Amino acid sequence: MPQFFSRNANSVARLSLLGIVGAVGALACYGYWIQGSHYETRQGEPREQPVPFSHDHHVGGLGLDCRYCHTTVETSSFANIPATKICMNCHSQMWTVAAELEPVRQSYRTGKSIQWTRVHDLPDFVYFDHSVHVRKGIGCSTCHGRVDRMPLTWQAESLRMKWCLDCHRDPAQFVRPRDQVFNMAYTPPSDQLALGKQLVSEYRIISRTSCSTCHR
Amino acid sequence: MRKSSSGAGLRWHFGLPARPRLKPRLQAQACSTLLLAMIAAGCRQDMHDQPRYKPLAASEFFPDGRSARPIPAGTVAIDELQNTDPFYTGYTGNDPANFMDTIPTPITAELLQRGQERFDIFCSPCHDRLGTGHGMIERRGFKIPADLDSDRIRQAPPGYVFQVISNGYGAMPDHRDQIPAADRWAIVAYIRALQLSRSATVADVPAQNRSQLGVQ
Repeated sequence: MPQFFSRNANSVARLSLLGIVGAVGALACYGYWIQGSHYETRQGEPREQPVPFSHDHHVGGLGLDCRYCHTTVETSSFANIPATKICMNCHSQMWTVAAELEPVRQSYRTGKSIQWTRVHDLPDFVYFDHSVHVRKGIGCSTCHGRVDRMPLTWQAESLRMKWCLDCHRDPAQFVRPRDQVFNMAYTPPSDQLALGKQLVSEYRIISRTSCSTCHR
Repeated sequence: MRKSSSGAGLRWHFGLPARPRLKPRLQAQACSTLLLAMIAAGCRQDMHDQPRYKPLAASEFFPDGRSARPIPAGTVAIDELQNTDPFYTGYTGNDPANFMDTIPTPITAELLQRGQERFDIFCSPCHDRLGTGHGMIERRGFKIPADLDSDRIRQAPPGYVFQVISNGYGAMPDHRDQIPAADRWAIVAYIRALQLSRSATVADVPAQNRSQLGVQ
């Protein structure tokens, strides 16, 4: 009977076993990488909106404070999407015939909501609260980036759990003085860790990493 | 004693006949089907998007598409009971002509600081930070607002200023939804401080603070 397999068939078989293990490993790594990629998290992707609202213009250009529109950010879990009435505070007199603003005027006339596209959408099993973060000295721009430079709003960070935990494990890296929370241009001082440690004790910040802190 | 890991252990314990084992190929098929089913289930977003509403979320149930329900006609909201309380109206005796001539909270440094912060958020876009009426919105074409240091407003009772913030005046829209009543009073107090500062001289500044002005 002739030999079907050449002499090195055994090595090939062993190598391909190794290859399979490697391929599975590579696939797992690829999956992990995809999960954290901007493609999956939609980080940095400007979202289309019914009205091309520009934070760049309203905050960066005109200098409006975040809280002029996001009125409940200091007192509630939700930062508040402004009612059409707040748009109309100024736009009843300015850009009154601009075609881009027709959905705003229409909403004001009819009382129907403007259907904004949500940019920061945490999974429903995460219970995030804006008020406590603001109160404890976490600046808007720490999580939302330089919103005052965003013509259309995008998500500046990944919003993955790992990213939350990076701060929850060591808040001193990011905490800033309370009066700087709404300052978009705030840059941390060179001795951030020293300042951070001092603020953590002053604001009585506890590093919370228990599951039930965010998941209920 | 029979090892329970042999597969039939439990059935043997209960005196049941041993179940025929699946043929290896069938077993592999069953396993891979189960695995696929589990992977497919992992792709579903049921936990991410749970059947509950986040604040201001859209609703498919209600005809107007809102989960935040408007108040039914005829409802008396709790804060509407305050319609006759001078703290919420700015006038006494339920008489819109009879404005309060005092601010109904103790004037403290904290109140003035709070007033300054809220003034800068909500008023300065039009009135600017000194109250001269040349804020950014006015410079972009909004009707020129009143100079807060004008005789008319300097002589107006605090209740009148409060009432204007609450209900608007001329082109100025109402701000009762954006600013809670206590903060409106803080703003009224701060406007008084601004008026004082606009006509103040160096002699009005306590001697120990004069060096901070940068003037002699």
